[in-house]
Parts: sequence; structure tokens; C-alpha cells
Amino acid sequence: MTMPMAGPSLRDLYRQTVLDHSRSPRNFRRLEHPDCLATGHNALCGDKVSVYLGLAGDRLEDVSYEASGCAICMASASLMSERVTGLSRPEASRAIDSFVARFDPGSMHDDDPADPLSALATVREYPSRIRCATLPWETLRAAISGEHGTVSTE
Amino acid sequence: MSIAARDVASASLLDVAAVRRDFPVLDQEINGHPLAYLDNAASYQRPTQVIDAIAHYYRHDHANVHRGVHTLSHRATEAYEGARDKVQRFINAQSRREIIFTRGTTESINLIAAALGSQLSAGDEVVITHLEHHSNIVPWQLLCESRGILLKVVPINSQGEIELDRYFDLLGPRTRLVSVAQVSNALGTVLPLQTIIAAARERDILVLVDGAQGIAHQPVDVQTLDCDFYAFSGHKMCGPTGIGVLYARESILQTLPPWQGGGDMIRTVSFSGSTWNDLPYRFEAGTPNIAGAIGLGAAIDYLENIGIQQIAEHERRLLEYGEAALADVPGLRIIGTAMEKVSVISFDIEGIHPHDLGTVLDHQGVAIRAGHHCAMPVMEFFGVAGTARASFAFYNTTGEIDQLRSAIDQAIVMFR
Repeated sequence: MTMPMAGPSLRDLYRQTVLDHSRSPRNFRRLEHPDCLATGHNALCGDKVSVYLGLAGDRLEDVSYEASGCAICMASASLMSERVTGLSRPEASRAIDSFVARFDPGSMHDDDPADPLSALATVREYPSRIRCATLPWETLRAAISGEHGTVSTE
Repeated sequence: MSIAARDVASASLLDVAAVRRDFPVLDQEINGHPLAYLDNAASYQRPTQVIDAIAHYYRHDHANVHRGVHTLSHRATEAYEGARDKVQRFINAQSRREIIFTRGTTESINLIAAALGSQLSAGDEVVITHLEHHSNIVPWQLLCESRGILLKVVPINSQGEIELDRYFDLLGPRTRLVSVAQVSNALGTVLPLQTIIAAARERDILVLVDGAQGIAHQPVDVQTLDCDFYAFSGHKMCGPTGIGVLYARESILQTLPPWQGGGDMIRTVSFSGSTWNDLPYRFEAGTPNIAGAIGLGAAIDYLENIGIQQIAEHERRLLEYGEAALADVPGLRIIGTAMEKVSVISFDIEGIHPHDLGTVLDHQGVAIRAGHHCAMPVMEFFGVAGTARASFAFYNTTGEIDQLRSAIDQAIVMFR
């Protein structure tokens, strides 16, 4: 793909992994009978994510979502579903904490190039877009804790 | 109200290069590109004349108003009240007692919702349109909850114009107020105010006009409009943020109770009761935004010096040029294609979320607004979560619109 005139950081923001997951989101579907579900809104831009969980004991056997949002939000939701499927609830909670902490001011998170989630690392440089990346994860957190309700990243 | 500039064939052309020199903020690079500031519907930039007026006031004249016998207080009061006189002249109000300074359009509308709302009873109706900004929806919804009034909404068509026939049908015996935008912030639609107001006046219904998006684009004459209230913000007409105006017809204002209590709005205070100050001070409790009012006055001087007709004519050309420039972008749909529009182009592009577009455009130095524009019902009507919105001011150029087009082309290469 050619992006004449596009600055390097823009290409970093919209890496191939991000564009790929936003165009072809994985696990994008509604679960008919979820054990847990939650919906999150980004009041600033109108993004909306619903996360559905199918549990096997304490394990997240089935993680799916429906989302309407920007490329960052869509890619983040897609990558998230791949990351947390099969994890126990405490493991998933730690994965959420670790992902969200990447975007804390002054975060020294080491972006392992082998980690698909590192494709979203550059979002750190765009404060107004961080909530686009964290919305699916905060919604997952609400779903795991069994809060049937809505969360907002604003 | 029609755009008066269209009737003025002889409007001379604006010297945009000269105008731009008055706006220091425009002269900078963003991400290695010249800034193209096309987010004027959100907030205008300020000319040096306004910045200097505020700085001069703080450097030389600041004191509290209406209080001291000393020289600075006298100067501050003269400057503050002088700004009120400028506003009165600018919108041709009959009296300076009809000009209330507020924090902005939102507070102006809330003032009326509080003061007039206290006189409404369950079952009374307020009519708004589907085009309104949240600030002309939510204050009335709060009244629905607190006083049991009913909110009626005039629908719109697929061009983003209100359906006038439905408006006439909504006016009934319990309608107490019609509260409408002069111009839609999300789409740029100019509403047919003359028809709207005439129909309400015939039925003795009060009319509030939300002029936030109208004031900088066309001459406003509240006596010709014949509205009862007209609200606008300083920052959408080259003035400071945090200052706005509520114009209210004096005969109506006399009948409204105060909405905030405090200093300046009283004549006497005792523990057995207080008496209220004269208009407009009764509605200005506490130390006002003195510098803001002075800055607004300077903005009025500035706009009048350029000429609102010239501004309207230049913006009309920019709108025409912009619509043509975007016409053949693949997958681009302009949302809001009313016959009467100001220089706002709201659009979406297939396969590109407005938020992503906004970020890519920023990398090309182009500032636009992406989102729901505080008009979620409008977005819902058109079935979109948000739009990208380019809004042009009199200091924008066709070159900046070319820059917008080129940046959009870059985004399409990236996301398709």
C-alpha cells in the first residue's frame, strides 16, 4: 500500500494489523444466549460496543461483540476477542489492566513487536483517540464483572 | 430569513489576504502543513483587534463594575456597558435593557427555560425542531421532568429542511413557546424564521431563536425578525469564549422572575425580603465576564468594519466551491442539502469513520469536526453515528478547500 505524503506516525497509527482487523473484524457477532453482556459508549464520537461472553465454568469460552466505531475501536475489539478467548476471568481481568495501562500517561510499557496488541501502541501519541482503543476493553471489564449496564469512556 | 447578501449584487469582494493577517493563529504549520482551519462552526478564531482589546482592558482598566467610585471601576463599567450598547446596535434591539450578558447561547436558553419555565404548567407545550443542538433540546426536557410540560418536535426531510406543514399542525392552544435554531449547526440549514415566527405571533406564542450559528453569517435585526428572544455566543463570531447574549423583548422580560440570585441583580436586600434591580441587571447576578463583554464588543466592531454583507458573499462562494470540490470524491455523501445553507458541509465517506478521517486530515494540517456535533437526533435521522463537518469562515480560502480535498484523497488511499 502506498501512502504518499502520509507522515510516519500516521502510518504507525494505522498499521496494517489495525487496518486489517478494522476491515475484517474477527468474532464480530451477537451471542443469542450470552452468560454476560455489556454495552459501552464513547459519548464524544458516538462509538458503541456490545460485548457478549459465553462461559465454561470460569473460562471465557466464547467472546464476541458488535461494534460501530472508528478503525481504532474496531481493531481493538477484534484483537481483544482473540486475546481473551479461553482465559479465566482473573486472567482476562489482568489482560484488560495490562492493555489499558499501556495508555497511562508516562507508561513505560514495553511494546513487544511479536504481540499483535502492540499494533495499537501508537494510539498513545493521540490522546483524543485513546478512548477509542480502550472502549471495547472497558466494556469487556463490565461484562466480566457481570454488570449488566452501560459503560462510558468519557 | 433569507440570506440578505444574495440580494446585494454590488457587494464588493473581501480582501482575504488582508483579513488573514489579522488572525495570528492562522499563520502556522500543523504536522508540516499550513493550517487549514475549517472548524469554524465549532468556534471561530480571534483577530488581533479582539485579543488586544482584552489585553488592554486587563493591563489598564480592570476593576469590578457598577460598584466603585474610583477611576478604574468607572472605566471598567464604561467599557462593559459600552459593549452592551454595541450589541444592541448590532442586532438592532429597541433598548439596551433588552441585552443580557450570559456565558453563551447555552446559558441564554437555560435562562429562559428557568425564568419562563417557572410560569408554565403541566400540559403546556414547547415546540422545537429535529435540527436543534442539544442545548436547545435538553433544557426543555428538564422542564418536561420538573413541570410536566410537553415537547413537540417539528420533523425534517431528507434534505435536512424542516417540514413547515407539520410545524403549523403542531401549534396548538397549549403551545407557549417555539424555540428554534436560526441555522443548523450540524448541517448548515438556514431555517425559514420569518414564516416560523409569523405563524407563532399570529397565535400569541413566544419565539426563542438560537442564533449561535446564524449571527456571524448574515445581518440580524431582532425587530424585523420579531422574535421574543434571541440567543448567541461570542466565540462563534470572533469574540471570546465564556461570553454570550440573550436578547429578550422588554415587555416580556418585565414579566419574568429572576433566575439566579446574588449581587448586582438586587436593589435592596434585607432578611425580610429583597427587591430586584432594573433591567437588564436583574438577570446578571454576580460579577460578570467583563473582559469577555469587551472582547465581544471588539469582535462586533471588527465584523462591522469588514461588513457582514461581504462576509456572507465570500462564504457563499466558499460553500459553492467546497461543494464542487467534494462532488466527485468516490463514496462521499453530503448530509444536509437544504436550499438555504450557510457555509457548512457535513459529509460521510463510505468505509471511513469520521473520527479516522479527522485524524488523517489533521496530519495534512486540515482541522475539521468529526462526530455527532451535539445534534444526535440529526445523526439518528440520517442513520449515521457521526459525520465529518467542514465549516468555512470569511478568512478561509479556496486554497484551503483544495487542501481539504487533497487530504481526503490521502485518506481514501489509506483506508480502501
